[in-house]
Amino acid sequence: MARRVVVTGMGAVTPIGNSVKEFWEGLLEGRNGVDYITRFDASQHKTKFAAEVKNVNFDDVLDRRERNRVDLYAAFAMKAAKEAMEDAGVDLEKLNRDRAGVVVGSGIGGILSFETEHAKMLKHGPRRVSPYFVPQMISDIAAGHISIRYKLTGPNYATVSACATASHAIGDAVRLIRYGDADFMVAGGSEAAICPMGVAGFNSMQALSTRNDDPKHASRPFDRLRDGFVIGEGCGILILEELEHAKKRGAQIYAEIRGVGFTADAYHITAPAPGGEGARRAMRMCVEDGGLNLDEIDYINAHGTSTPYNDKSETEAIKALFGEHAYKLNVSSTKSMTGHLLGAAGAIELIATVLAVKHNVVPPTINYQEPDPECDLNYTPNQPQERVVRAAINNAFGFGGHNACISVSKFVE
Amino acid sequence: MSLEEKVKDIIVEKLGVEPDKVVPEARFIEDLGADSLDTVELVMAFEDEFNVEIPDEDAQEITTVKSAIDYLSKKIQSAE
Repeated sequence: MARRVVVTGMGAVTPIGNSVKEFWEGLLEGRNGVDYITRFDASQHKTKFAAEVKNVNFDDVLDRRERNRVDLYAAFAMKAAKEAMEDAGVDLEKLNRDRAGVVVGSGIGGILSFETEHAKMLKHGPRRVSPYFVPQMISDIAAGHISIRYKLTGPNYATVSACATASHAIGDAVRLIRYGDADFMVAGGSEAAICPMGVAGFNSMQALSTRNDDPKHASRPFDRLRDGFVIGEGCGILILEELEHAKKRGAQIYAEIRGVGFTADAYHITAPAPGGEGARRAMRMCVEDGGLNLDEIDYINAHGTSTPYNDKSETEAIKALFGEHAYKLNVSSTKSMTGHLLGAAGAIELIATVLAVKHNVVPPTINYQEPDPECDLNYTPNQPQERVVRAAINNAFGFGGHNACISVSKFVE
Repeated sequence: MSLEEKVKDIIVEKLGVEPDKVVPEARFIEDLGADSLDTVELVMAFEDEFNVEIPDEDAQEITTVKSAIDYLSKKIQSAE
């Protein structure tokens, strides 16, 4: 019989809360994580706001010396991994470490460190570049740090697929467990790209909202007046475990990961394929891979970036795949509250999806004010909705045309 | 602050060790827990603080607190 994969622990660092509890409370109360940028002087940037992580304290995961040697994105990952490991209640002494691994990705990696060290090189010459520059910058290092901290000697790597990074990491981890390579996986994504180059680059692409006079209403997925995404940062980590392994140690089970769907648009580097064709196939794959029927899906945590393109084509994809049922299920974009965490989005949003399934409540899409005739589904506007959520999907789509969807259901023996 | 004190401060800061461990004979790697990247960073911090250039072949000889102090004293004297 196929090996089943369940979620037994979760950790999050987000713009609306630095633990899963705070994050979930924030989602249900419609907390808004967007505000003017404080990390650097953005006065010359077209966009002057972002969804920054606030008041995060790394003292419990990194000493002062270690903190100076890891990029912010890896620090976020250490913080979220600690919460997830503690939440899973795993006894490290009893864990077979060779069968416990880590797949944690980052869409961009240590761009803050890149900026700092590049500035040093221009000013003082190449000899001044820190020996920690490369290990700070590379996108795989969070996975490395987590394995070293917990001595997990199983499969270990990062995925990179822009805004689908975390979903590919989680999907791969699910398959490593199913395939028998591991019983216990730490999986997710982390991102910290709110920096002068990050904002400037996305601005030049015209990807970001420029609603500078009203940043709190800038992230408005599926609303007619949406004008781009809001860059966010943070990390989500899930502990995925083979069912029998979890049961044997008496672990809590949040939900079951049912299926994974990966596709490519093979169309354009940034624009979605017409009609959301690639997204539709990925959603279908994750439903079929999980042995689910389309009409069992009660909730879709959408990619819902608040860009004109994405939200329209994602809506088209959902309608093309689900037909009539598209109007019966709930859709929402939690990016309306957290901003877009890029390579971490698929992780914090899968956490939101898992909790929606567990608690039978769908977090809202806030800032939904003006209906768009091209986006006519139930986006769970402005208020959470209580309803039975048997199964749900999380969508993540990345520049490059990467689509990664994951389906989740309640755990039933 | 004397050169000796400045050197010790940098070592405490960069290696995250207790000041009382930074005795003249202490070896960076064996006694103070540094790795090869730490020692590179340490030498760069000395260069910044004392505004000197330390060639790689010299840097390889700077392995203890005392060797750092002696090297930097000599280097600064010769510059003056």
